[in-house]
Amino acid sequence: MAYAVNGGRAVFSGLDMDIPRGRITAVMGPSGTGKTTLLRLITGQVRADSGSITVAGQELRGLRRADLYVLRRRMGMLFQNGALLTDLSVFENVAFPLREHTDLPERLIRQLVLTKLQAVGLRGAAELMPAELSGGMSRRVALARAIVMDPEILIYDEPFVGLDPISLGVILRLIRRLNDALGITSIVVSHDVQEISTVADVVFLLSGGKVVARGTPQELQSYPSDVVRQFIGGLADGPVPFHFPAPDYFGELLARDEDA
Amino acid sequence: MKLIQELWSSLTEALVGLGAVMRFLLRLVAVAPRALLRVDLISQQVYNAGALSLVIIMLSGLFVGMVLGLQGFQLLQRFGSEEALGTAATIGLVKELGPVVTALLFAGRAGTALASELGLMRATDQLSAMEMMAVDPIRRVVVPRFLGGVIAMPLLAAIFSVIGIYGAQLVGVQIMGVDSGSFWSQMRGAVGLRDINEGIVKSCIFGVACSLIAVYEGYYAEPTAEGVGRATTRTVVTSAVFILFLDYLLTAAFL
Repeated sequence: MAYAVNGGRAVFSGLDMDIPRGRITAVMGPSGTGKTTLLRLITGQVRADSGSITVAGQELRGLRRADLYVLRRRMGMLFQNGALLTDLSVFENVAFPLREHTDLPERLIRQLVLTKLQAVGLRGAAELMPAELSGGMSRRVALARAIVMDPEILIYDEPFVGLDPISLGVILRLIRRLNDALGITSIVVSHDVQEISTVADVVFLLSGGKVVARGTPQELQSYPSDVVRQFIGGLADGPVPFHFPAPDYFGELLARDEDA
Repeated sequence: MKLIQELWSSLTEALVGLGAVMRFLLRLVAVAPRALLRVDLISQQVYNAGALSLVIIMLSGLFVGMVLGLQGFQLLQRFGSEEALGTAATIGLVKELGPVVTALLFAGRAGTALASELGLMRATDQLSAMEMMAVDPIRRVVVPRFLGGVIAMPLLAAIFSVIGIYGAQLVGVQIMGVDSGSFWSQMRGAVGLRDINEGIVKSCIFGVACSLIAVYEGYYAEPTAEGVGRATTRTVVTSAVFILFLDYLLTAAFL
């Protein structure tokens, strides 16, 4: 599969991935490798320029908007910042997909919402507004909302960014528990090597628009590749350069002097 | 030469923009019938765009009417026909000032609120989250706000005109001493249904224009703080220019 931004810089070229059903798959890679773009491709928010993407047995290419929406009902997605609807309370946020897609009686909606909020430990916060929640709480509410329709696929976009160790541990445990209890296929995009290693079954490491490594977290620790070693070891410079492409340093400094 | 080139490019840019807005309008119209079923969402938006703008509309209506009473009295007194003040003020308010000033205030109060709300929803991924929940944000968020504005605007214009007429009466009759009976009876005799219709048509069209510009700018705002700010500013500026331009066209059409 290949994808380029506005027909310009290629984000992916020749990307080939297969995500196992019912497992937790981590997608890692340096910032700017297009991890979030990959999620947008998988969810059909953007279309690939060439190649094919198959989700739950359905080819996304040429899928009509209505069919894409039907497919999305089987997916849940946790956004980086939670993306809660700010004009609705926590309860109404979690109830939102149910109200939009089902005609369930109010009593049943209430029970479903409270069950999901209980699962993320926030039943007591049901009447709060999103502005009253901390970052970790928002993400947990968003998680409750993502699972309220009992999806088959759950996608997490950078779920650990900016969380304190306690909230981080809670989210990690929730990812594992949801996967074990409901058999959901989980895709976690992250660059937190340590955290993700504790929950992921399979790890894909992306760099330069391609998969550079695939394996269990343990296999990746001893992977025979410079890029993988640089990423896992957190080294500043290596195959992934520290510097953004730029003209010669001294040349540019001297040129500025002459201009002045 | 460069000036002509720049003028040409800004003209084509404006035309492309207009085309995009029209396409967006068609998209809104296509989903509107289904969105109309959600009466609760629309009434909430009528409240947001209409009821919350009431104070500013009523106050402005009162002051505009009072100024009209004062100026009209000064002018008409020269010709010894102060009794026509009711007619003059009402025609001015119902046909011109009511729709135009209300639309300008509406763009400033409700239009900016709409644009910044939608822009922030875009910036905080709320619209993407809706799409991911298989809920069309155009149908769930944009159309109710658009329809709320379209419904609220003529009502606000009508309230503006009524309060304005009372403002003119307050100054003309109560302070300047125009005869109350002739103020009202001349008005009733001279202002026809055609004048009222002109006001209604204008305010409906301004309502569509203002709401459309606001939701378009907000929905397509760049998802940054700067982008949302720019969308809000553009909403007011574009709305104001369009209102005055459309007002000329409509006035000419009604002659």
